[in-house]
Amino acid sequence: MLLTSLVVFGLFAFLVQQFVGPDNPLTRFLNEDANRLDWDAFRGLVVSGLSQGSMYGLIALGYSMVYGVLGFINFAHGEVFMVGAMTGLITSNKLFEAGVWEDAFIVAILVAVLVSIICATLTAVVMERIAYRPLRGAPRLIPLITSIGVSFFIQNTSALLLGPGAKRYPQLPSWMTDRYGPSWLQIEGQKILVVLVAAAAMAGLWYLVEQTKTGKAMRAVAEDKEIASLMGIDVDRTIVTTFAIGGAMAGVAGILWGILFGSVTEFTGFLPGIKAFSAAVVGGIGNLGGAMAGGLTLGGSESLAPQLILEPLGVSGHTQLKDAVAFLVLIYVLLVKPTGLFGERLSSEDRA
Amino acid sequence: MNDAPHFGPARSAFDQDWRKVVRYGLVLGFTLVFISLTGMPDGLNGRVIVEPWLSMGYLSLLWVPLAVGFAVTYEPVLEGMVQAKPGGRELVAGAAVGLIGGLCLSLLVYLLDSRDLSDPLVNWNQALLDLLTRNGSVADGVVLWTVAATALGFLGGLMRLLPPIVLRVVRAVLVTVIGAAAVESLIDDLSEEFKLEGVVKWLYHPLGGLEPKGAIALAIVAAVFVLWLGGQVKKGTAVFNTAREARPIAVNSVSVVAVAFAAIVLPMFLGRLTNDLLVNVGLFVLLALGLNIVVGLAGILDLGYVAFYAVGGYTIAILTSPTSPGLTPAYPFWLAIFIVVGMATLAGLFIGAPVIRMRGDYLAIVTLGFGEIIRLTVRSDWASGLTGGAQGVLSVPGPDLHIGGWTLPLVGWTFPKLEVDLMGTNPQHILYVVMFFVAIAIYVSWRLENSRIGRAWMAVREDESVAEAMGINTVNAKLQAFVTGAILASFAGAVFAAKVGSVFESSFKILVSIVILVIVIVGGMGRIAGVIAGAFVLVGILGGPNQPGLMAEFSEYKLLIYGALLVWMMLKRPEGLIPNVRRSRELHLDEFLQDAWLRGEVDRDEAEAEAEVDPEAWAPPEGNDGLAPA
Repeated sequence: MLLTSLVVFGLFAFLVQQFVGPDNPLTRFLNEDANRLDWDAFRGLVVSGLSQGSMYGLIALGYSMVYGVLGFINFAHGEVFMVGAMTGLITSNKLFEAGVWEDAFIVAILVAVLVSIICATLTAVVMERIAYRPLRGAPRLIPLITSIGVSFFIQNTSALLLGPGAKRYPQLPSWMTDRYGPSWLQIEGQKILVVLVAAAAMAGLWYLVEQTKTGKAMRAVAEDKEIASLMGIDVDRTIVTTFAIGGAMAGVAGILWGILFGSVTEFTGFLPGIKAFSAAVVGGIGNLGGAMAGGLTLGGSESLAPQLILEPLGVSGHTQLKDAVAFLVLIYVLLVKPTGLFGERLSSEDRA
Repeated sequence: MNDAPHFGPARSAFDQDWRKVVRYGLVLGFTLVFISLTGMPDGLNGRVIVEPWLSMGYLSLLWVPLAVGFAVTYEPVLEGMVQAKPGGRELVAGAAVGLIGGLCLSLLVYLLDSRDLSDPLVNWNQALLDLLTRNGSVADGVVLWTVAATALGFLGGLMRLLPPIVLRVVRAVLVTVIGAAAVESLIDDLSEEFKLEGVVKWLYHPLGGLEPKGAIALAIVAAVFVLWLGGQVKKGTAVFNTAREARPIAVNSVSVVAVAFAAIVLPMFLGRLTNDLLVNVGLFVLLALGLNIVVGLAGILDLGYVAFYAVGGYTIAILTSPTSPGLTPAYPFWLAIFIVVGMATLAGLFIGAPVIRMRGDYLAIVTLGFGEIIRLTVRSDWASGLTGGAQGVLSVPGPDLHIGGWTLPLVGWTFPKLEVDLMGTNPQHILYVVMFFVAIAIYVSWRLENSRIGRAWMAVREDESVAEAMGINTVNAKLQAFVTGAILASFAGAVFAAKVGSVFESSFKILVSIVILVIVIVGGMGRIAGVIAGAFVLVGILGGPNQPGLMAEFSEYKLLIYGALLVWMMLKRPEGLIPNVRRSRELHLDEFLQDAWLRGEVDRDEAEAEAEVDPEAWAPPEGNDGLAPA
């Protein structure tokens, strides 16, 4: 309740500021020196929150699907995303050297997306085969602990094979970084692209899960593995498909990360991974639309909350607490509404 | 296996499951290429094992064909089936696997020479090529690795044929030689105190690594020990155990006194390096014992365990340091430690109370979130008035161990002041402090494990609903475990702050939680001895998250090894190296069920055979419907 009221208070303070003028007492309620948030800054925060949120949403899909089907948190899914970002980076840099990146950006980025999807999918599938398949039916915490080990392993593999530290994507062409839209709504091209791509991927996934036979099989396996196999569904294959689709989504998200932030390290996967899991929980785990909505909620709140809520409360250095806000949202949702905002879809045995 | 296996006749040498052989061969090849490209051979090459012959870098490649050759020849023991006698078939399989792996590595050698992939792969360089070809041509490298891998795979297969006693000797010799090389710096450090420089000079090469004659001598000692002393040791343990059964209190107190005496006397003879290492190990023993209560006994996967370590460290630092940014009470360590306990309890309740009702995996993530929130808050400018932000808290004084000098208030008698003035951050003195806390932790874990609450924890771990139905207040029980673990971690944090003399948020990353988890799991969840052994092996040899171990060369690779170890343990031996009986039964439930089922099946067959003779006498086996473990 406290958090909700804080959010409401923050938004209220902001709206009052828009209409009353910059000197309203609410935005400075504990902190005399709080920066007054003008429209431009607010729009910037919302846009970057939404673009990051749609990326979290894409990663969250992988968590949500695996949790729905196997009932465990695949901690290493964030690393699949990192592998996507990393291989995308390598491809883009090679293409940049070849001159394709500048001459035909669209082709280059499509190739990079393709490579990144393939590598991320492969990572996810191999991970399932080696680490998780032998553990079907093990006590609940065993696969979770295994996935922590896998995550650690992939992180350090990347550091050792490709060298530690940040690696940069090549410069985006200028039409990507230009701002578009009416004068009151200037949005950078790359952020529009990120949101569009995420929406497209989401729509494709929705079609796959709800309208095709594979999707039906996935839903059946999520509901009850044994009955599904009695109905002639190849459970192992369906689970691999689930991992593969989650991996592909993470691969797309990896490229989007590259476009948004321009640099990747071996730890890139960790924090976004946890946040994406939070997004999956916020939206209701096992619920695909919820994952996307949860991603947007989380991205928006971690981008807005420091300035809207923490700063007026007199918390100095509020931007450093951005990640803490994301974790607080997670904890809050799990405590108050563990089924998420949109309700979870799990088989009855997983609901505890 | 309770009795010796019955072997049937050996199968023909080429009657192989070739798909399996090729699969293992490719796995081996991939592993070899992977290890080469992580830079491990080059990075570890500085650590020599036997001076001109073998370095850790080559060993990092050479052990793999041996292990895979051994693994490919594994045949599961099936109940009621006759096992084929191992023979030429095993040797061929091992050699074939080694050959495939060796060819893969040879391919890498060839590509290293002809292609340049150094852009994404940082270790694709001349140094690796030189190492793999031993500074020769590509052909040298190809021949070397093909032959070496095939031979090692063959040896791996051969291990199936050897009688167990020979295997034991081989294992002991390998462990002794590699171990002796690994602990070289430690032995150097010890030899100064024990005046053994002569022996050390004879054994070790001046530039590092064993001398060949030293290696041979050690190998002989190890073999003799296994062949002759092994039996003696077994006899000795048997004598000890019978004595313990006869007079448990006397024997136990004698052994406790002996261990305590050794613990008090030994640090005085150890060098600075050894003491420092033991302090690091001790810190992780303390942390792992605490986490063992939480994860191992109560089954709560706490990934934010490092938060309590941080609470302990920061509380001590702020309370004892004269220069801490906010509060500067500058209390002595032993007063502050009581406040640490209070703070840890509060933090444990604060984090534990809301999350303890969640289901296991959500709890793991939420505790992880709390751990990160605490670290981020401590680092932020907002809290820097108290915690110093990224600058941390500096000049934390060590614990002050004045013994004596107090005056009893009523009698007016002054306790004679003994000249034990342990002060500051000298590792030798800190070691005593660590041992003191470790002793507390061991005592607490030991007493709790067999107490009513300990049994309640185990019941909760095995099945929460059933435990609740049995009248256990599961929320209370879990919260108690959580807080106990928190207090032990805060002790570790306090000692850590005192040892380093400063605290920074970077020492309390999520990584620490995971390393502690690896220690608990590798050692054996729920088993005190296992956890201690895990800390000694992992932190002592590979090093902790920020602390170097005995093999400082491993610091770059240790996290990779920790990750791989965690996965491998979970897949192959989830009960850990030194397992807890009850827990391993829980983890291998299906095997037990299968055994029970087989037994039930056998019983029923016999019963049916009887029933044919006398239909009236047949009755289903009582109480065993084939599902309950017998």
